[in-house]
Amino acid sequence: MISLQSIHKTFNPGQANQVNAVNGVSLAIKPGEFVVIVGANGSGKTTLLDMVAGSVFPTSGDILVDGEDVTKLPDYRRSRWIARVFQNPVSGTASDLSILDNFRLAAIRTKTKGLSIGINDEFKKQVKEKISTLGMALENKIDQPMGTLSGGQRQALTLLMSVMDACKILLLDEPTAALDPRSADLVMRTADKLIKDYRLTAMLITHNLKDAYNYGNRLILMGEGVIVKDIDAANKFALKQNDLFDWFG
Amino acid sequence: MDFYLTALLQGLCFSALALGIYISMKIFNIPDITTDGSYTLGGVVTAIFLTHHQPGYIILPAVILAGGLAGALTGIIHTKLKINALLAGILVMTALYSVNLSLMGRSNLPLINVSSLFSVITISTDPNHNTFWILALFVVTITLIIGYLLKTDFGIAMRATGNSESMIRSLGVNTDRMKIIGLALANALTAVSGYLISQFQGFTDISMGIGIVIVGLGSVIIAETLINWFRITTVWLSLILVIAGAIIFQLVLAVTLDIGVDANLLKLVTAAFVLVIVSLPRITQRGK
Repeated sequence: MISLQSIHKTFNPGQANQVNAVNGVSLAIKPGEFVVIVGANGSGKTTLLDMVAGSVFPTSGDILVDGEDVTKLPDYRRSRWIARVFQNPVSGTASDLSILDNFRLAAIRTKTKGLSIGINDEFKKQVKEKISTLGMALENKIDQPMGTLSGGQRQALTLLMSVMDACKILLLDEPTAALDPRSADLVMRTADKLIKDYRLTAMLITHNLKDAYNYGNRLILMGEGVIVKDIDAANKFALKQNDLFDWFG
Repeated sequence: MDFYLTALLQGLCFSALALGIYISMKIFNIPDITTDGSYTLGGVVTAIFLTHHQPGYIILPAVILAGGLAGALTGIIHTKLKINALLAGILVMTALYSVNLSLMGRSNLPLINVSSLFSVITISTDPNHNTFWILALFVVTITLIIGYLLKTDFGIAMRATGNSESMIRSLGVNTDRMKIIGLALANALTAVSGYLISQFQGFTDISMGIGIVIVGLGSVIIAETLINWFRITTVWLSLILVIAGAIIFQLVLAVTLDIGVDANLLKLVTAAFVLVIVSLPRITQRGK
């Protein structure tokens, strides 16, 4: 589903503040795989994810999505396959727009945004039904601005928004980093459920080793811009939580 | 009383400008000051077509096109060349001064003995009433169009562009293109105000646009204060308040003239008034 071929990314090349963020990563992710990426700060995780999303372009190397070369495709054209949840809840939703407006945009992620009014009673009903599955009692607040909700509520809604339209790949960049433990748990469980229900291919960056242990069927450790460990489903299952802590010890 | 009637009519003329500033400043979050140039451009195009006795129905599309081009140019400079929006606007505005001057051939074109929008259409026999109804009809039509646009899928994407760029890009919207369209729309509306004002006052002058961005900003800030006051979230009411803001702004200026303030000080009064409205919410907040 996603194929990265010897990807390099250098920021500010030739200058004093040159950063070699990613130094030759090759990675093939099969459909339905849920890849969890861990690694210290500066190990290149987020840059790698940004390159898959298309908001950062690699210095060299190729990126294939669903068999298509997307290396030069900007993020807004990759939205055909890819939905994203950002670290900051503010980045994934529009604060001043109503929940309903946010969902409307998400529902036409892969389509053109035309000059007709897409929000009707049927659409409202559909959104309410979706939101009620979260059990957060937000289904009667769909006309409220997104900005009035808490970070946890917004992340949960962002997740739900990603499956409003056809979606194959879900990218999660530390979606729970800004949340309290309870909200974080709810967001992770929602993500896991959606990934299973919709058979999504997913990449999750996290610093929470418990989440890295509990979720996903493939685990990657990054360091210094390269893949240090790549553990498949069977071996991940056999892994103990303490082994993970030892990696960072 | 005449002061106030004129103020009301001018306020209606400036409604399009206020809506334009509302789109660039509040919806796209871009400080665009192409306004001074595109407003005059609207007046210039109107004057040229009218003095050349061109049919009335082609003037408005030409004005919209001219304003739209000016805005699109600012948008392209801002997004493609990655130049600060304020600077991009100043560049286009400055260039437009020469464009306007060479288009007109001189600094002032009177429109006294030509048939204008307000003399062609007759709704009422009283010329002031006639002007009022024509303007009212005009403003209602523009508001309906913009209101509808903002409700469409395209409009929601527009509103999201100024709100959360990362989000709307990940939802498949080319934000550069969206900003260019937005600035084109904003300046097309601004040019429409130039079109209305030059016919209303009966001339186009090269300096008519100087400081006009403040009129738009002031109107939008009045509207914003009201919007926050009444906690308004609907698009329609926001647009209506923007128009109310444009009219209130002109009425305040009429009051200052009425109480005998020297007309030469009008721009100073305008700037001071805008300062007061901007700072008022903050001052009252501090008191709490």
